[in-house]
Formats: sequence, C-alpha cells, structure tokens
Amino acid sequence: MTRVFVSKDMASVALGADGLARAFADAGCEVVRTGSRGLFSIEPLVEVETDGARIAYGPVGPGDVAAVLDGSHPARIGAIEAHPFFASQQRFTFARCGVTDPLNLADYAANGGWKGLEAAFSLSPQEVVDAVKASGLRGRGGAGFPTGIKWQTVLDTDADEKFIVCNADEGDSGTFADRMLMEGDPYCLIEGMAIAGHAVGATHGYIYIRSEYPFAIEAMREAIARSAGKVAPFTLEVRVGAGAYVCGEETALLDSIEGRRGQVRAKPPLPAIEGLWGKPTVINNVLSLAAVPFILAEGAQAYADVGFGRSRGTMPIQIAGNVKNGGLYEVGFGVTLGELVDEIGGGTASGRPVRAVQVGGPLGAYFPPSMFHLPFDYEAFAQAGGLIGHAGITVFDDSVDMAHMARFAMEFCAVESCGKCTPCRIGSTRGVELIDRIVAKAPRESGALEAMPQIRNTKGAARTHDEEIDLLRDLCDTMKYGSLCALGGFTPYPVLSALDHFREDFGGASALPEAAE
Amino acid sequence: MTFTREKDFGTPEAMGEAVSLTIDGQEIAVPAGTSIMRAAAMVETDIPKLCATDSLESFGSCRLCLVEIEGRAGYPASCTTPVAPGMVVHTESERLRKLRRGVMELYISDHPLDCLTCSANGDCELQDQAGAVGLRDVRFGYEGENHLEGCKDESNPYFTFDPAKCIVCSRCVRACDETQGTLALTVDGRGFASKIAASQDESFLSSECVSCGACVQACPTSALIENTVIEKGTPDRSVVTTCAYCGVGCAFRAEMRGEELVRMVPWKDGKANHGHSCVKGRFAWGYAQHRDRVLNPMVRGAVDEPWREVSWEEAIAHVASEYRRIQKDYGTRAIGGITSSRCTNEETFLVQKLVRQGFGNNNVDTCARVCHSPTGYGLKTTFGTSAGTQDFDSVQYADVILVIGANPTDGHPVFASLMKRRLRQGAKLIVVDPRRIDLVRSPHIEASHHLPLRPGTNVAMLTAMAHVIVTEGLVDEAYVRERCDTEAYAEWAEFVSDPAHSPEAIEELTGVPAADVRAAARLYATGGNAAIYYGLGVTEHSQGSSTVMAIANLAMATGNVGKEGTGVNPLRGQNNVQGACDMGSFPHEFSGYRHVSDNAARAQFEQDWGVALDPEPGLRIPNMLDAATDGTFKGIFIQGEDILQSDPNTKHVAAGLAAMECVVVQDLFLNETANYAHVFLPGSTFLEKDGTFTNAERRIQRVRKVMEPRNGYGDWEVVQLVANAMGLGWTYTHPSQIMDEIARLTPTFAGVNYQMLDERGSLQWPVNAAAPGGTPMMHIDHFVRGKGNFVVTDYVPTDERTGPRFPLLLTTGRILSQYNVGAQTRRTANVNWHEEDRLEIHPHDAENRGIRDGNWVSLRSRAGETTLRALITDRVAPGVVYTTFHHPDTQANVITTDFSDWATNCPEYKVTAVQVTPSNGPSDWQQSYRAQAEQSRRIEPAEPAE
Repeated sequence: MTRVFVSKDMASVALGADGLARAFADAGCEVVRTGSRGLFSIEPLVEVETDGARIAYGPVGPGDVAAVLDGSHPARIGAIEAHPFFASQQRFTFARCGVTDPLNLADYAANGGWKGLEAAFSLSPQEVVDAVKASGLRGRGGAGFPTGIKWQTVLDTDADEKFIVCNADEGDSGTFADRMLMEGDPYCLIEGMAIAGHAVGATHGYIYIRSEYPFAIEAMREAIARSAGKVAPFTLEVRVGAGAYVCGEETALLDSIEGRRGQVRAKPPLPAIEGLWGKPTVINNVLSLAAVPFILAEGAQAYADVGFGRSRGTMPIQIAGNVKNGGLYEVGFGVTLGELVDEIGGGTASGRPVRAVQVGGPLGAYFPPSMFHLPFDYEAFAQAGGLIGHAGITVFDDSVDMAHMARFAMEFCAVESCGKCTPCRIGSTRGVELIDRIVAKAPRESGALEAMPQIRNTKGAARTHDEEIDLLRDLCDTMKYGSLCALGGFTPYPVLSALDHFREDFGGASALPEAAE
Repeated sequence: MTFTREKDFGTPEAMGEAVSLTIDGQEIAVPAGTSIMRAAAMVETDIPKLCATDSLESFGSCRLCLVEIEGRAGYPASCTTPVAPGMVVHTESERLRKLRRGVMELYISDHPLDCLTCSANGDCELQDQAGAVGLRDVRFGYEGENHLEGCKDESNPYFTFDPAKCIVCSRCVRACDETQGTLALTVDGRGFASKIAASQDESFLSSECVSCGACVQACPTSALIENTVIEKGTPDRSVVTTCAYCGVGCAFRAEMRGEELVRMVPWKDGKANHGHSCVKGRFAWGYAQHRDRVLNPMVRGAVDEPWREVSWEEAIAHVASEYRRIQKDYGTRAIGGITSSRCTNEETFLVQKLVRQGFGNNNVDTCARVCHSPTGYGLKTTFGTSAGTQDFDSVQYADVILVIGANPTDGHPVFASLMKRRLRQGAKLIVVDPRRIDLVRSPHIEASHHLPLRPGTNVAMLTAMAHVIVTEGLVDEAYVRERCDTEAYAEWAEFVSDPAHSPEAIEELTGVPAADVRAAARLYATGGNAAIYYGLGVTEHSQGSSTVMAIANLAMATGNVGKEGTGVNPLRGQNNVQGACDMGSFPHEFSGYRHVSDNAARAQFEQDWGVALDPEPGLRIPNMLDAATDGTFKGIFIQGEDILQSDPNTKHVAAGLAAMECVVVQDLFLNETANYAHVFLPGSTFLEKDGTFTNAERRIQRVRKVMEPRNGYGDWEVVQLVANAMGLGWTYTHPSQIMDEIARLTPTFAGVNYQMLDERGSLQWPVNAAAPGGTPMMHIDHFVRGKGNFVVTDYVPTDERTGPRFPLLLTTGRILSQYNVGAQTRRTANVNWHEEDRLEIHPHDAENRGIRDGNWVSLRSRAGETTLRALITDRVAPGVVYTTFHHPDTQANVITTDFSDWATNCPEYKVTAVQVTPSNGPSDWQQSYRAQAEQSRRIEPAEPAE
C-alpha cells in the first residue's frame, strides 16, 4: 500500500488538506497526517513515499490523486528537503514538524524525541539550568530575556510548590509558529516543559492556549494524555484563553489561569518569585520551551554555535502579509531583513514593490526597504527603534497608507487594552481620535467648552497640524514610558516608525520631503 | 481643632530588615519590602499618586508615581517598586514632570470640569494631583469619547456613585476585596470601556454590596461620596471617637462642620478596626437627629395616662422622692437599677454606685445578664478572668479558626473582615452553627467543616470533640502538665473519654455525622495555632456556662491559650458590654469582678464612698421582675436598655413592670419598656458626651463629645442629678474624674486615666503596675487563676423540648444592617436592607405546612404567639426555624421562654420549641400590644412659659 503524507495543520486544512487526504484514502493509500512543513504557497501538499524518499507535490487537489500517484503531476516538487525554502533552513525546533505523525509516540521517539528529557534526567537541576544558560537561549515571546537566568531564579526560590507555564496565547497578527508546533509536534513542547520542571523543581505545568486554536488545544490535550507516563511525575494541563490579546502578557495570563480578570500585574514581584497562585513560576513562550529538548539532546554548544551577536540559536520566523512565500522559516539569527523579505519571501504577492514591513506583530515597528540591511538580532532591531517580538514579519506593498496603519496600531491597543493603566486605557482612544484628525488634515478647532469665557487657561485658538503631530509624539512618549505593560508601551513603535519613516502619509507642512534642508 | 486629612503613605507598612537608600538626596533607612513611595512619604516627599493608598496593596495603574532610579532603565512606578540597598531615587525631574502631565492630561480629557460645584471640591485627590503636576491645558480637548454621560447610581441611601467622576483607579474594587472581603465590586468591560460595576452590573443597593463604606473611603474623587457631604459640604474639623454599636469598638473620626456631624470616617489608627467600618457605625448615626428622640423629661401618675413634659428639676425631684417613699413603704431592697451596655464605663459605674451607695442595696444588673454572663462565669472558673484572651489582630496569626454560635459577618462585621482576610490567606475554618451562616461559604472562603448541630446540643458537641482529641492522643501534654491543674485535667480526660461521649454516640442527638466531628476535632487540635471565636449561640442556653467551659477545656487541652493566633474569644454584642461587666454591674460583684461579700474589697468602697455597703448580693433582672409580681420590688431605674423587647418571655416582663410603682426609663426614645414607665429621662447619644467604652478585646477607648447634648445633659450628669437629689453629694465635673475613681477602686484599671488614653489611643486592661501599657494578650506564662482549670461538662438536655404541639426549634440572631432591638437602626435608612423580621424555614418544613415564601405565618410556643412573614431557605436545617428580633412589631421574645442558664440566668433565647402555621395577620397579643403602646406614648406638651 502506498504511504502518503498530508498535513492536518489548521492552515493546511483551510487550504483543503482534508479533502486531499480523503481522496488519497479513497484511492487506497495509507494516509499519514502530519504537521505542516510551513510553506503555504505549496499547500495542499502531499508527499508520496517512494523508494524510502518522500516526493512532494503541491499545491494539489483531490482531483489530482491519480496524476500524483503515477508521478506525472506537474506540481511535482521532488524531495521536499531539497526545496530551496527548506534547504536553507536550520530546523532545530521544527525538525519533526511536517515530518512525523504529531501524536504518534513511536514516531516521536524514532525522530530524536525524549533524548533531551533523558539527558536532563541524568543531570542535576542546576546542570540543566546551566546548559540552558550556556545555550544563550532568550525568551522567544518577544522580550528576549535569557531563559536560563529566569529558570535560575525559580530554582533558587524556596517554595513548597512551583509551576511551569507555557504561554501559547499567540495573539500577534501574522504569527503562527506556536500553533504550528503544537499541532505538528506537541511532544516537543511537552518534553521542553518536563525538562523545565526537572530543572526548577516544578511538578505541574499549564499550557495556556488561545481559544482561536481549536486544533492545537485538541492536539495538546491528546498528547498530554498519551505522554503522561513518559514525563511523570510531571503533570500538565491545558487552559484555554477567552479571546483577550492582553492575556498573552505573562502576568495577565497568570491572572487568567487563576480565574481572575485578565489584567496585567505590576512587577515586581517577578513571576519567577511570585507567579501563579503566588508561587515561583517559569513562564515561557512555546518556542522557548520547544527549543530546550534540542539544547539538552545536542548540547548547549550546538545551539549556541548558531546565531548572531548576543542572539544565539535559531528563530522560527513567520513571514506573512503581502508576500509570495508566506510561511515558517527557521534559521539562525543574523539573516538580514532584506533576505527574509526579498529572497526567502520572494517579494510581494501582488508583485508591486515592497513599501514597508512590520516586524514583531501589531506592536512592532514598520521598516522601509532602506533598512533591509538590518540583521535579525534583538539588539540590532532595538537600536533601529524596533523589536523582533515573536518574529512575525508582515509585508506591505506600495499601496499601503502608513497613517492608516498607525491608526490601526492605536485602535488595536484600544480594543485590546485591559484598562488597568491610564496611558493605555485612555491614551489609545485619544490616539485614534488624534490620528483621525491628522489624516483628515482637520486639526482640532477650539471646542465649545474651551471657547467659553469660564475657561481661561487653555489655548483658545484652533490647533495647527504640527501641534497635532507634536501631541501625537507626546502621547506616544507617555504611552511608551508610562504604560504598565508592553501593550501600551509598544504601541508607539508602529505609530512612531510610521511617522518617522513615512511622514508623507501624515500630511502637513513638514511632510514635504527634506524641506528643512 | 482644625480639619486635617490622615496622612496617606500610599502603600502598606512593611516589616523587613532596615534598608538604606537615598531619595532626592535624603538618606533614609526603611524596612525591606517598603515601596519607594512609602519611603519617600516618610521623609515628607509626597510623590504624585492616584491609585495608591496605604490601606490597599499597591496596584500600579495610575502611572503618576513614576520615578527615576539611578542605574535602572525607564521610569518605574514608585508604588510597586520596593526599596533596595543603596538605591538612589529622584522623584522630580523635567522628564518625570512631562510624563506625569501627560498622564494627567489623559485623565482630565475624560473628566467633568465642574470642580467648584463638585461635592469633593477641596477634598479630591484628582484635583490635588492635577495641581501638583502643573496641568494647564488639555490638548486633546473635551470632545473625544468619554464617560461623562454615565448615570448616577443613587440607590444606596448613604452614598452616591457617579461614574462620570470615576477615574477607574480600582481603589473601590480593591477596598471591597481586600478590606471588606465581600468582593461585590468589579471592573466591568476592558480598556476605555472599563467601568466600575456592583455585582452583575446591578445597582449598589440590589448588589451584594454590604454598604460598609470602604469603597467610599477609598475613592480619590467624588465618584463615590457620602450623601451627607453632597448635602452639607466638606467637614471643617474632626474628633476621634468610638462607635457605639457593637463590641468591636471601631474608632472613627467624627467629621464635623460646626456643630453638625457631616460624616463618620473610620480612623486608620484605630487599633480595633484599622480604618474599616460597617454600615452601622459608618452611616447609621442619623437616629441622633431623629424626630422620635425625646428631649424633655416626662412624668405621669399611671402608665395609662399620657406623658406630661416637665422640667429636669421636677423630674429628678420626683424620682428621688418616689424612690425614698418606696423604700420607706416596702424596705431598702424594694428598688434597684439596670446599667446599660450602651452607655460609657463612667455612666455604668455611676449607676451601680447609685444603687449600692444611694439605694443601699446590690439590686443592680445589666443586659449582659441576657448575653454574656455565662462568659463571665465560664472563663473566670477555667482561666480566672472574665474576658476574651486575645486582641483582634491575633486572628492574623491563626491557622485554624473555630467559630461557634457566632455570625461575625452580621454581628461583628469589621472583625469578620479581618478574619476573612486571614481565611483568604489560607487559614482553615470550622463553623459550628445550626444555620449555614455566610462564613460557611462566601467568595474565596469555604469552611473546611460546617457542623450544623441541633440547637441546644453545644455541650455534647464540644465534649465529643474533646473525646476525639483525648482518645486519639492529640492533647498537648506538655502544655497541660506545665500550665494546668493536672488533677482536674485527669478527671476531665477520663470523663470525655467515655465512649458515651464519642461523636458516634451523639450523632443522633446533634444530627451531625460523626466523621465530620472527628475531622473537625483533629483539625482544631493539629492544624497549628487554633483560635476559637464564639457568640450568643454559645451563651444563651440553659447550658451556656457549661459550653463556655467546654470551649475553654478544648483550648487548654490543645495548648491554644497564651500565644498569638489562639485563644478563646467571646464576640461581645454591645459596644460596652465588656465595660458594663467590668464596672460592677452585676448584683454580686464590684468593679473588677470582686464579690460583694469580699470584706477587703467592700471596705475599700465603703471608705471611698463613706457609707456602709450591703454584703449580700442583690437581685438579677429576672429576680427583680419575679419580686415585682410578688409585690416586694416596686421601683427601678433603667438606663439605656429596653428589657421589654430584649428580655425573654415578654409577657412576664410586662407583668413585672406593671406591678411596680416607679419605673424610671432613661433612653433616647420612648422604647417599649417606657410603655410601663412613670418617669422618662431623655438620654444623650455617644456624640454628645465624654467617656470610655471597652470593646470585646478589653480595649478601653475614648468617647469624645463632638456636640452639646440635645437633651441638655450627658447621661452621667443625669445620674449625678438623681444621686444628689437623694442626698449623695457627688461633685463630678467631668467623666475623667469618674475614671480616676474607677482606677482608684479597681485593680485591673489602676493605671487608666484620660491622659494615658489620649496619648496611647487605647489601653487593654489589666492596666496596672505589672502592665503599665495594658495587656493585649492574657494568660501568656500562666493563667490568671494560676493553673488552668478543666471542668467536667455533663450534657444536660434543656427542658425545652419539641413534641407534637411544638415540633420545631426556634433559634434567634441578628442581621448586619439592624442592631439588636433596632431602637437606633430602625430610625435610619438601614431599614432599606431589613424592614421587618422574617422567619427562616426550611423548604421541607414549609411545604409540609403549605407555607410559601413571603406568607404570613403564626409562630407559637408555650409562652406566646406572634406572626411574621416566612422566608424559605435551606440555610436552616429541617426542624429548625430562625428569626431576628430587631422589630418591636414582631415581638420575637413573646415566644421565648423563661428557661435560662443554670449558673447565670442568661436566658435560653437560642432554643424554643415552636409550631409554625399559616396565618392571616397579627396575633391577638400583637394587636393589643400595639394599641397599648399607642395609648402609652401619648404626650401632653408642657404649658408654654409666659
């Protein structure tokens, strides 16, 4: 019987993978459902086991079964690993994703699974923490805080109970790596969490998954049940979010798990010292935890050998938006933005010139092509007024209105603000109103109230466009330095980068290019 | 005295080792864990803040308190950032000013601008901070999206919520969570749409809100503000005084404008309440100005005549001559007096002095007779003194809390909040109560064990717990050996070990599964520091004193007396019931619990007062009434107690009073007892006089006069007028002189005087040479009596039994919003929460009788009958019904019998066999009583002076 491999990843299913799988089953094939390889332009993708190799065809539909099986289909890709999109990757974390049956324990073990956990079990907790430190792994959720140091704090904090919490509330638009991993290689995350548990002395873990990820929730629950014996005495459970973006912020996430209103906590205390239920808690992103099995299995050095500057190891970069080759691309840090967009991404899907890319989700900065030389590195991006975030890249062509995108950032913040701190709660709404006036080139008239003789201290006259722009900058300043968490604190990144790099979209006198010269 | 706000340090006090840091160039050492904000406030640097207040944990939401810390990036919030050694902090800079102004600009872009007409004008933190950060222009304008259209919630009679004024700092929500522990408030919605909501976005009145006022106090603006401030304006002076409601003894600032009380605000430095309050003390003080208040003395020849208003001189002369006449006609012991637990120590002391010195007998008793007299007897017998062992704060160290026969969230709400805070931190709770009181299960609190025993079986239950502790080897033997009378222990241990006292053996009697009793006993004995709190559900039984001693036995056997977090703690009902007992209100005891037959003690008083005193104990209240019906007791002076409504078997009380020839009632209102009075002397409120109250933790606190008495005299002055009319020649010009006399004559009060009280705020007795600063905890190294005394407590079932005619057991209790007989609270807007007494009945019992929720039912015992409306609830077990006794219309005590505690005569209010049947309306008794009361309350005004 011919064995074929079809992804059951949510994105693949959206593109028709289920129908394709059914058609091959109807044709008498043994269909193995895998995770996604991560390149959506070739999906639905089928891989046919041929002489021990897996020959890929894609995109194909249910009607293509016969042509695929006889090898005549024009969408024949050949050995998938040789496809340029994959050949140039360094798949440390996503090594099994798209290859194995995600829930098949034998598959997992046969493909290097549990090696990290076994290695960890042979080490003392401190040795495990030391290995993670030595690997240079930094938090993949966006903050880039060294994972080993966080673990060390939890290890060093005395408590009767500690927890491992996995942040799988992947809310950034244009990001999907967490989902792909949970659907495509759930045991990898479980293994990483069990290693963390061993390292810090925690026996229970929570995986907080957003409700928009039903497949991931199902996959993780099933994988937890199946692997319970393997990770014992460590136990795990899935908690499902309720649609609030801010619950991806770690302390709001903890409140949400505790059954409270998802609201950001002030730090200190750090969650590593007083986290879930007031106990020391490791809270890491899916990608951070899923990187750990490789580090323990292959050695910290193998991981640290890859990378750029202080950004070590690989990053599963998610390329989305108006781009030809959207998908997941795992590679060591240091690749330039230009390589990612133009070469790997293949430029815009619309074929028009790239005008801007937003890196790091909806709160990331916009970069013009003039900054495509930037290496993918936490420090380099911070220096350029941006951030890597969860490594989502969204590409825009030259039809984009950047003032509109700045407004979108404020609006996003207003919609998702938890409402705890003032700069975010009120500032985001004022930001939307202000950008609307700026875009409409309709600076605020003196209000009816301000015009009354009872009001003396306000500027009586209408505001100028420049004053409105200044106010926007001041508002961004208040939000960036005054907000309690990154939602309000990072919203200024897209707004200010749009204002700085694409000032012409905001109109007004000083929008004239280089008028000052 | 001028009006100053209490200093707000922003965040709570910390307790760590000293840490040195520099704030704006000033070096300061503060305890580790202190916030930068608090440390700055300690050196008089007030960092701008809105969401922080020192009664609440830091929150970090307003973002006004940002500071710069050398070596740290960004601008950390000073409220949430703890100090660190060597830290260098700057609280002002151009950069910080810009950020703070930016935040304030956002606030004001969504806030009304009518500061000058705002009720919080001059008392608004937002206004203050806008000034502090120098905001001059709101560049966003005032026409953006906003919350200015929000509707005011005026449902609560005492405060108004105006959402337009709300800055969503969450202080109210956090106060409700952290301070009060009701968790009635929340932030509804998120982001810009965030708004404060009560319960499921209901009105405050219909929500779970208990109107404690913590949210109002916490609010930095006028979003939540007292209606009295809206009506009268902000106060201009304040006087610290003590609440006159329950035995918790909350300290308040009476905030005044001229002679008018604007609001009562709980005082942060109050050691019993730490700045918290309940709906009664905080808001229900309007009775002082109620039109029902009687301000002129009145006299009448017979109780069916109308009252005649007279001058003070005439009234006092009449009283004195009547008492002398009666004594001449019927003997020295034919008159007596009743002191009030509502009045001050000084006034109580004077009333008993009037009786002993002036009447020449010991016929003095007090309302503690009907509440905590068994506590006095039981704790004196076992420990050696008649008082609770701990201060309230001790509960913060308890690991296990056993609540028996008390309902703190209704009866002692401010202490309940402190207890709930400890329970939320993880202390375990055992509730022994026939009724499922709120503590059994409320937000974030669940009792580990609720033992819903049948009323009247306390002793059997406690002995069964002792049985488990002794037979399972859970006794703290070292403690017992060292601290207790080992012979008494051995006898007791043998007694409780009898299999007849096992939980299994009494299961049928109490109705509580034996396994639950065993588990609760094990938890109490082994769960760490274990504290017992009890109330009238323990004392108001025929075995009240036995139950108190059974409790003391348990505590001693497990080593739970004499250290923090443990103890035996009676929750005293009245504001000054402890003090009334201390002051010698019982017929057999002088102040300080010394028997009248004690020659040395008596000699001391005789020498001081210059008369010979009667060595024979006098009559207790029930004995006075019995003697009255027998014709040997003819006159009584009743200060501030409504025995007709509050004492059991109303008909018997009425008959006793009716048989007297001179009943003098001193009270604020024409109470029910006054229906049988011949002289009415108007009383003064706690706002109108100086004095002291002693709360349940033996804490003596000042009551300070904030306004002149509307009736002309403080109660102590009235007693002095009577005494002097009887020729006693008293010369007190201020209550402090009375306290000096108390101190002179009472060893446990030897070190108490007003100057000390003013300096220290409060003192817990004993205050003497051995403990000049008072005694927060008793029995630390040894019991007051020497060795702790175990007492065998045989269970003797009450004679009050159910049978075919009266198949249900009635038990009674209180509710949060009403206070005892309701004389005060019924004359306030608290009636909004509880306008009538209802009979709680289990659905099963209701169904059997065809009773639906809200139906009128007749409640009948062998003593009498009344009617009230039914409330069907499974809070009570089948076979048990429950009601409150706040309303005279209900006359719940028509039902209660004259069974009482074997040792102290404390009435058995908590167990009455009753039948409940559907009814059409008031009983005959209620109708005739109402007619009689109306008849009795007629007043003929005095002839106007020409």
